[in-house]
Amino acid sequence: MKPVLNRSIFNKAIFRESASASFAKLSPRAMLKNPVMFTVELGAAVMAFVTLLSLFSEREALGDAGYNTAITLILAITLLFANFAEAVAEARGKAQAHALRKTRMDTPAKRLLPDGKTELTSATALRQGDIFLAEAGDIIPADGEIIEGLASIDESAITGESAPVIREADTDHSSVIGGSRVLSDRIEVRVTSRAGESFLDRMIALVEGANRQKTPNEIALTILLASFTVVFLIVTVSLQPFAAYNNTAITIAALIALFVCLIPTTIGGLLSAIGIAGMDRALGANIIAKSGKAVETAGDIDVLLLDKTGTITIGNRKATNFYPLNGAGDEAFLELALLSSLADKTPEGKSIVELAEALGARPDLPGKDSLKYVKFSAETRMSGIDLPDGRRIRKGAWDSIRMWCQMEGGVLESFEAKTREIAEKGGTPLALAVDQKPQGVIQLEDIIKPGIRERFERFRKMGLKTVMVTGDNPLTAAFIAHEAGLDDFIAEAKPEDKLAYILQEQAAGKLVAMMGDGTNDAPALAQADVGVAMNNGTQAAKEAANMVDLDNDPTKLLEVVEIGKQLLITRGNITTFSIANDVAKYFAIVPALFATSIPGLNALNIMQLASPESAILSAAIFNAIIIPMLIPLALRGASYRPIGAGALLTRNLLVYGLGGIIVPFIGIKLIDLIVCFFI
Amino acid sequence: MFTEITGAIMIFLLSALLAWPLGKYMVKVFKGEPSWLDFLAPVENAIFRLCGIRPEEGMDWKQNMKALLLVNIAFFLLAFLLLSIQGFIAFWNPNGFGNWEPTLAFNTAASFTTNTNLQHYSGESTASYFTQLAVFTWLQFVSAGTGIAACALLFQGLANETSSRLGNFYKLLIKSCTRVLLPLAAVLALILSFRGTVANFRGIQQAATLEGGAQMVAGGPAAPMIAIKQVGANGGGFFGPNSTHPFENPDYLSNMAENVAILLIPMALVFSFGFYLQRRKLALMFFGLMSLMFISFAGLSAWQEARGNPAFTDMGLAQCTNMEGKEVRFGPVASSLWGVSTTSTSNGSVNSMHDSHTPLSGGIFLLDMLINAIYGGVGVGFINFFVFLVVAVFIAGQMVGRTPSLLGKKLEAREVKIAALIVILHPLLILAGTAIAAHGIRVDPELGWLNDPGFHGFSEMMYEFSSAAANNGSGFEGLGDNTPFWNITTGITMLLGRYLPIIGPLAIAGSLAVKKPVPESAGSLKLESFAFGAVLLSVILIVAALSFFPALALGPIADYFTL
Amino acid sequence: MKNVRIAIGLAAITLLIFGIAYPAAMVGLANLLSPHNAAGKPVYRDGALVGFENIGQAFDSPPYFWGRPSAVGYNAAATGGSNLSPANPAYRQLVQNRIDTLLKYHPGIGVKDIPVELVTASGSGLDPHISRAAAMIQVRRIAASRRISEEQLRRLIGQHCRKPLLGIAGPGDYVNVLKLNLALDAGVESAGQSPD
Repeated sequence: MKPVLNRSIFNKAIFRESASASFAKLSPRAMLKNPVMFTVELGAAVMAFVTLLSLFSEREALGDAGYNTAITLILAITLLFANFAEAVAEARGKAQAHALRKTRMDTPAKRLLPDGKTELTSATALRQGDIFLAEAGDIIPADGEIIEGLASIDESAITGESAPVIREADTDHSSVIGGSRVLSDRIEVRVTSRAGESFLDRMIALVEGANRQKTPNEIALTILLASFTVVFLIVTVSLQPFAAYNNTAITIAALIALFVCLIPTTIGGLLSAIGIAGMDRALGANIIAKSGKAVETAGDIDVLLLDKTGTITIGNRKATNFYPLNGAGDEAFLELALLSSLADKTPEGKSIVELAEALGARPDLPGKDSLKYVKFSAETRMSGIDLPDGRRIRKGAWDSIRMWCQMEGGVLESFEAKTREIAEKGGTPLALAVDQKPQGVIQLEDIIKPGIRERFERFRKMGLKTVMVTGDNPLTAAFIAHEAGLDDFIAEAKPEDKLAYILQEQAAGKLVAMMGDGTNDAPALAQADVGVAMNNGTQAAKEAANMVDLDNDPTKLLEVVEIGKQLLITRGNITTFSIANDVAKYFAIVPALFATSIPGLNALNIMQLASPESAILSAAIFNAIIIPMLIPLALRGASYRPIGAGALLTRNLLVYGLGGIIVPFIGIKLIDLIVCFFI
Repeated sequence: MFTEITGAIMIFLLSALLAWPLGKYMVKVFKGEPSWLDFLAPVENAIFRLCGIRPEEGMDWKQNMKALLLVNIAFFLLAFLLLSIQGFIAFWNPNGFGNWEPTLAFNTAASFTTNTNLQHYSGESTASYFTQLAVFTWLQFVSAGTGIAACALLFQGLANETSSRLGNFYKLLIKSCTRVLLPLAAVLALILSFRGTVANFRGIQQAATLEGGAQMVAGGPAAPMIAIKQVGANGGGFFGPNSTHPFENPDYLSNMAENVAILLIPMALVFSFGFYLQRRKLALMFFGLMSLMFISFAGLSAWQEARGNPAFTDMGLAQCTNMEGKEVRFGPVASSLWGVSTTSTSNGSVNSMHDSHTPLSGGIFLLDMLINAIYGGVGVGFINFFVFLVVAVFIAGQMVGRTPSLLGKKLEAREVKIAALIVILHPLLILAGTAIAAHGIRVDPELGWLNDPGFHGFSEMMYEFSSAAANNGSGFEGLGDNTPFWNITTGITMLLGRYLPIIGPLAIAGSLAVKKPVPESAGSLKLESFAFGAVLLSVILIVAALSFFPALALGPIADYFTL
Repeated sequence: MKNVRIAIGLAAITLLIFGIAYPAAMVGLANLLSPHNAAGKPVYRDGALVGFENIGQAFDSPPYFWGRPSAVGYNAAATGGSNLSPANPAYRQLVQNRIDTLLKYHPGIGVKDIPVELVTASGSGLDPHISRAAAMIQVRRIAASRRISEEQLRRLIGQHCRKPLLGIAGPGDYVNVLKLNLALDAGVESAGQSPD
């Protein structure tokens, strides 16, 4: 259930807004930032002037007034189409951002006063540092940090993710977002920013802002397109004396039409729309990128650092097997395991209880009060339960159990062997002991997400190196990395290990992306070329990253990379298409220019266009309407398939290169069939 | 006809087969590795010492370009001076030729300094032997050496990992001359003089003809000059009609040797790229791509020539092969092969008159120069090709979804900007120049430049500017080009068309050289792929050739359709 | 400034090496090893220079084989081609005139029999060769003029006919007009059959 966003390309509101914006964008100052379209505007201005003159003059070079009017109009429409493309992209971005922000304004807030009383006020009245109270059913009025309590929260209004999340004070998951709804419990929150001025709001404003910075690649492409434009300017201007030498008069309209058809207006007109749409697609995936550059860089990523938990494996480890070792019977061991975990609310503990019950353990449970739960402590590194009969059941890592127990060599050996065997298969062994006598081993295993292996295969084809980051010991880590199809792993990882790994890869010239949420991830997030912070992460992490994932979805990195690649591919494909179009346009216009004075050149009129006038008009019309026809492609992005660079290039070349040569031949011919009725 | 085709195939294969080891050898020269010509080291060291050159001093691209420009300015000024005072130099001037007119001296000095060898003069009737040797032959060595040295700097720039030092231009220039050009030229000069290419210092001789008349025959020390003119992609002939002249190119064997020499270094430098950067497969791909264009163009040209002039059929001739301007001993196929060779490699020598070729064949020669990177001139050919490579990588790189990188270095705004400027230069020089000329002759037909009317006259003007801008030097020689207008405009065109396309790509190489290399992965663009080859070919054809389509339509294409 | 000094020095020294020493050495070596070829294969008759083997001469009198038309009249001190384009009307007229001339002096042949090189000018203006067919159509005229048998002439042509290089490369079946005419003169003189 994604939020309000309308993913269709056009809706009425966007259409209306964009249509009017396309006229506003005609201002020469606005056009100047796009050199290709600026020259079209100059051409249109000259044509408008020529049209006026031709109304009152019979000079041959000026040409026919009606024909001039038609060319002027086509040029104006070309401009409007290009502006429209940009306006649609901007409008969609704005709509998206607006929808995200809408929910956060003007909600009631319960401000907690220093005397302990609460005061009902409005979200906009909250100041940074204020503390407010939120209870089940409340909408959280502003971004903040929980200072007291724990609550389950529905963030679907912001992130579109329907599953509730747990937020708790003094953990890495202590921040709450304005606009989300408290489902249960009660929390006290310190405001970190006012409603509408949160970190995210500022970032969204950046995304939708009109003063979008061009990305490096976009700048380079603009320069190249500008140079092509200059080349064709030279071609067109020099054609006049060439034609005069051959005693051929070429009208100004024909020259300008030739010029506009030859310059890369298709990519020139769509370039900024493609860039905006890239940001917008990220936003559509609930990722807020701080700059277009970050999105573009994502396409270049060579190394992905992925946290094991949540990305590669489902949530947490689960118990999968019980191994009684020290003479304990199967059933007795099951009961012991179950009892040991009764109070253990960790996912691992719960899974032990579930599995034991599923295998048929039905221990007689003594009264709740008579049980004494022993919480996991850093000192003993064990947890367990003390039964009323005095038995003390403990479970923990084999190392800690061994310290606690006394045992003979044979037993020791059998435990050592079993635990090693489990670890080598990627499992985590938990030893269980009663009264300092070891009883057996519980096998915990990571469940690798279904389909993840195929996903990593995709990445390998894209040329990405995937690296798993885990706190597990190297044996386990190696096994899981192998099973899931990762290229490398960092075991027993500490935050500084991530940073070191990133630095090492970067030293080899590689670009690294990672995802993180904790404050201690911040340095690595900042160092990574693409750092994606989870929205429920700490403020420090979010500040350090260059993207924020509203869904807190660790697999988002994969999407980010694909969006980045799509952005570049779309640009490359439309550039190729645009340039390839010139072949057909030459064959339409060049024979038309000289058909009357040099009849021999009619042999070049391979499309058999009806007349010189209709040929030029058809080429110009094709040149104009190809822009709106490609808007959907520009906004959605070219499809990306991880089939390897070679195959991808071949495919895109066939579609956009060969297609770019063939399509205009057909298009211009069809338009000519219609146009020739009107001339 | 069959043996003519087998002859052409032999020339091509021989060139390619010899180019491979030569390419490998040249890399040794560039890198200063030991080779069998090390006995020349004392001579080279003496030159370095006398000039005050420290050959081991590494220089960055700017220092190298400054050195290149200063040295070339010195070449140009010295050449201009010697031409202007030719009449005062009594040495090696048996025919007593006088001083050169200043604009012709300017044009010719520019022409030979820039490796163009556009000749607005006729050698046997204007240039003393001293001029032919001490000015032209000298410049044919050092201008070619300049190009090869620039290419070596480019290779080093691409090979560098975060170092700005590209090498030492002076050292590369001298070694290119002594270790590459000199041995090849010496061998070729001997082969040619064994076949009957003149090599003497006698002036014009008079022969009593069989019919009782007198024939004035100009000779001279032609063989050594012709050797370096072919090896160094210079092309400036000792005699007016260049290698059609029996004293320059006496028979089919000499023709083969010269044609191979034309192609040899340009082909070899493509391979050198592969050896230098350990990218042999890529070099072979480039070579294949160039050869694809080369062979197609040569084939098309030969077919057009063999098909000949339809007017001949109308007159009732059974054969209509276009033999106008061609020699019987070479025939149409070898003439077309040479024509495509010489225009592809910016050589500019001819063994048939390009002006008299059929329109499409002449158009192909024109197209070769518009592209100017099918093997290309010695050194500069690959440098030109490199600009296309940058543009193609930039476009194709995006199509695979990565910031484009060339040989592991990211292409960013700075590199693309320079490449974009160089892309503009060629059409600007050619089309603007031709436009001015076309306007001039239309306004004042009395100028009388054109030997042929109509479309072909237009081709003559366009060919002249293309030849100047591409530093080719061949001509549609019907053009009356020894006038101040043509001397000055083409002189300037040659200078701009020479140095900017060297400086620009070297600036790119200099900027790539200091970048940290990006390792390749499965997601990187594979340059050695068929698909990238297609992109590169399309970029060359669409960007370089297609922008001239309207002009070509008014010249050779209109000429063809109205023939 | 240092660079300027290097540039000037480099220009001067390279000029001496490549502009003076190299060509002088090559010319010297060529004359030492193969003086006849280095001199351009001069042809002497009775001690007098009558031409160069590869430099065509103008022939337009009846007793000689005629070579190709030359745009410079076989002036080997101001050489060149016509540079006329195939589409040029003046050029077409020129070719037509040449055909007419050939037909006039060679009664009995048709337009179809005229090889194309006999009506087109070479690039150098000095092309020494014509094809066997071009020589053959002249046989009757020369035989008549010299009063020798056509068969003899045909044999002479056959003897002078050149093969492609190594039999596989380049054009074949062409003859050197000067050598053919020298042979004619030699043969005629030795046989004492001079018509004059």
